[in-house]
Amino acid sequence: MYKTNDLILRTTASLIAFILLGFAVYLLLAGHNSPGGGFVGGLMTSGAILLMNMAYGLEVVRKVLPINFVNLIPIGLAVAIGTSVGSFLFQQPFLSQTYGYFKFPILGEIELATAMLFDLGVYLTVVGVMMTIILSIANDTE
Amino acid sequence: MTNILTATDNILQITLMISFIGIALSLALLLYRVITGPTQPERAVALDAIGINLMGLAGLMSIYLVTTKLNDVILLIGILAFLSTLAIAKYLEKGVIIDRDVD
Repeated sequence: MYKTNDLILRTTASLIAFILLGFAVYLLLAGHNSPGGGFVGGLMTSGAILLMNMAYGLEVVRKVLPINFVNLIPIGLAVAIGTSVGSFLFQQPFLSQTYGYFKFPILGEIELATAMLFDLGVYLTVVGVMMTIILSIANDTE
Repeated sequence: MTNILTATDNILQITLMISFIGIALSLALLLYRVITGPTQPERAVALDAIGINLMGLAGLMSIYLVTTKLNDVILLIGILAFLSTLAIAKYLEKGVIIDRDVD
């Protein structure tokens, strides 16, 4: 029985996972006026974590990234519900969205929408669900 | 001036049609290899090449529809093809895709 050597896979995986995480954040932020959004961004993030899992094994990634992904599902749902309930503070109906233009020191004027926060809740929920499915299938003991 | 514009537009359309036909032929031949590949690694390599051909097809389609909204789709197809090929390769090599503890 020979011993496999994953040197090429590990070297490329650490680089590609970095690019994947950047692309996921771009998809999450660009979802307002171009293709993308919370769902695709969450899928890309879970793809990056899956790539690290395939290259380095389960225990190493658990040590590097000590996140219990089951907890991300209620956190994401709470963020989504919190942004929806927050519209009651301004005497508006449930799930009302608004936007405004704000000036920042370096970046200049940026349009910020509250739909972004709802998207963040979707993102966290999708990452939690995908990684829970994948890791619980990978973790089964016969 | 309009003559040159229509001429270049015609050249672009003809080139696009030739490229579409070429990629369609390549996809048909790769599908033949996927169906009648004698071993599993040949099927895996053919599926990877099908993914790359789909990237090219999406790029040609974004030229044909005159839109830039398909650029994210091209990058996404490339990433997913890489991940799926990696998963198939690890399964054929070791039998497990995510191994529990690495030495």
